[in-house]
Amino acid sequence: MADARAARAADAAAAALVWSSAVLVTGVFAWVLFDLVRLGAGQIDWAFLTGEPEDFGRGGGIGTILVSTGLILGVCMAVAAPLGLGTAVLLAEFTPDGSLLGLLVRRSLDVLAGVPSIVFGLFGNAFFCVYLGMGFSILSGGLTSACMVLPILIRSTEEGFRSVPDEYRMGAAALGMSRAAALRHILLPAASPGLVVGLTLGIGRALAETAALIFTSGYVARMPESLFDSGRALSLHIYDLSMNVSGGDPRACATALVLVALLLAINGSASWMAERWLHRKVSEA
Amino acid sequence: MSHSTKDALLAWVLRACAVAAGLIVVLIVVFLCLEAAPALRNAGWARFFTDPSWHPNRRAADGTFNLTPMLWGTFFAMTGAVLVATPLGVLSAAFLHFYAPKGLAVYYRRLIELLAGIPSVVYGFWGLVTLVPLINRVHPPGASLLAGIAILSIMILPTIALMADAALANVPRAYLHGAAALGLSRWGTLRGVVLPAARSGLFTGVILETGRAIGETMAILMVCGNVVQTPRSLFDPIRTLTANIALEMAYAMGDHRSALFVSGLMLMGQIVLLVAAAEYIGRGRVHG
Repeated sequence: MADARAARAADAAAAALVWSSAVLVTGVFAWVLFDLVRLGAGQIDWAFLTGEPEDFGRGGGIGTILVSTGLILGVCMAVAAPLGLGTAVLLAEFTPDGSLLGLLVRRSLDVLAGVPSIVFGLFGNAFFCVYLGMGFSILSGGLTSACMVLPILIRSTEEGFRSVPDEYRMGAAALGMSRAAALRHILLPAASPGLVVGLTLGIGRALAETAALIFTSGYVARMPESLFDSGRALSLHIYDLSMNVSGGDPRACATALVLVALLLAINGSASWMAERWLHRKVSEA
Repeated sequence: MSHSTKDALLAWVLRACAVAAGLIVVLIVVFLCLEAAPALRNAGWARFFTDPSWHPNRRAADGTFNLTPMLWGTFFAMTGAVLVATPLGVLSAAFLHFYAPKGLAVYYRRLIELLAGIPSVVYGFWGLVTLVPLINRVHPPGASLLAGIAILSIMILPTIALMADAALANVPRAYLHGAAALGLSRWGTLRGVVLPAARSGLFTGVILETGRAIGETMAILMVCGNVVQTPRSLFDPIRTLTANIALEMAYAMGDHRSALFVSGLMLMGQIVLLVAAAEYIGRGRVHG
């Protein structure tokens, strides 16, 4: 009897522990969001979103920063999307399991996914800025983030291709379609959800990045005139305002709130799409 | 073009893409090595561990290059965060599978995914305006190892929680039925059946979160105080390897710059080891 009572007590204690850790995690999340909204929400208006930073960012807005961020993301995706799509198609459709090339590429992408962002920053600075002579520019920053988002982009695109039922491939083969035609007209449309989810997650990852951009796209906060100009990303703006500009905290907080809102929207829609498209495809197959 | 030439062309284009994507890691290692070479040539590996202090100079002969305080900083911050985040993450996963009502589990999982998407600079900012002043009231200066551990724990929690969630989901249903048939309590099932069965997935999760903890830069940089010293208490400010790079890259020249690439190489080495360990466990050799 005593044993049973001890077991019941342990069970209750464990339940309390599990519930309290869930409450703790939720509480911390709420605390972070609450602080950001409390300190930042009051400053966000149209003028803030479109204006130029003034007085080192203490005043004014983040319009130019948003433009730079958009350009960095654009460069990043323009490079990463085709490269990632090609690699994912090769891995999912054109390599038998256990082929050496597939194995090596996968292994290398696993390591790439774990590389710390500051190391990407070092590499981007040495390779794009100095070796290729692009200097501190939106181009360098975009290319560095492209390297960073490749693994996540490739993984979910590959997932998309793997969730296409085999009947599609057999049907295409039975119709005598070339593999190129089958890919373009059948597999690609069927696998597009994976690609879209991958792109969305990649954009989220690149948008959240700071450390890799400090030494590649640089600090300049004015409106970039070309891709060879230095441009300051949103995340870097937050860092600079809170660390290097005294009295920059309120604007840093407002910027953080904008960034978090963007990311919640982007990541939220990615997981919504993944759930809706990828899983249903799998269950249909 | 005939079908087969088109297909062959396509296959080559795809192969080129994959090779390019695969070579990025190689390129990273090559450039880290190239840039680290001058410091290694002029100072040598040993001086990064035996020099009296970290006072780098563009000429190796005129400076001192001891990286060990930073290595300890990284080590303590990482260890503390892993010790805090792992139980919380595993308990969160247990909550999702065994304790939460169904409707709540969906929202809690969504919450953890959102937590994973918040950028490190935002956590750092929050730590700077909320956590650091709070710790400062208890024990100045506030910017400390403790603040670093707290922020880092929050940041790596989603990694371990989501990995543990996947690991628990993979435990065969039959095990649970067996445990129920034996009349095991919920906690007894969890401790005696589910967690051991999910062990390899949990280990992989711990390795992944360790990798994130080592590589994290911005949040740590913003809340840790960045004093180059080996911490003696939780309230001492520290500087990590990653923060050191971020702080000094802007003005580093010559051998100093090169020394920062040496620390980048060290980080890269740690990550490669961790990925290899994850791979080893993933193959199930630690299983059973």
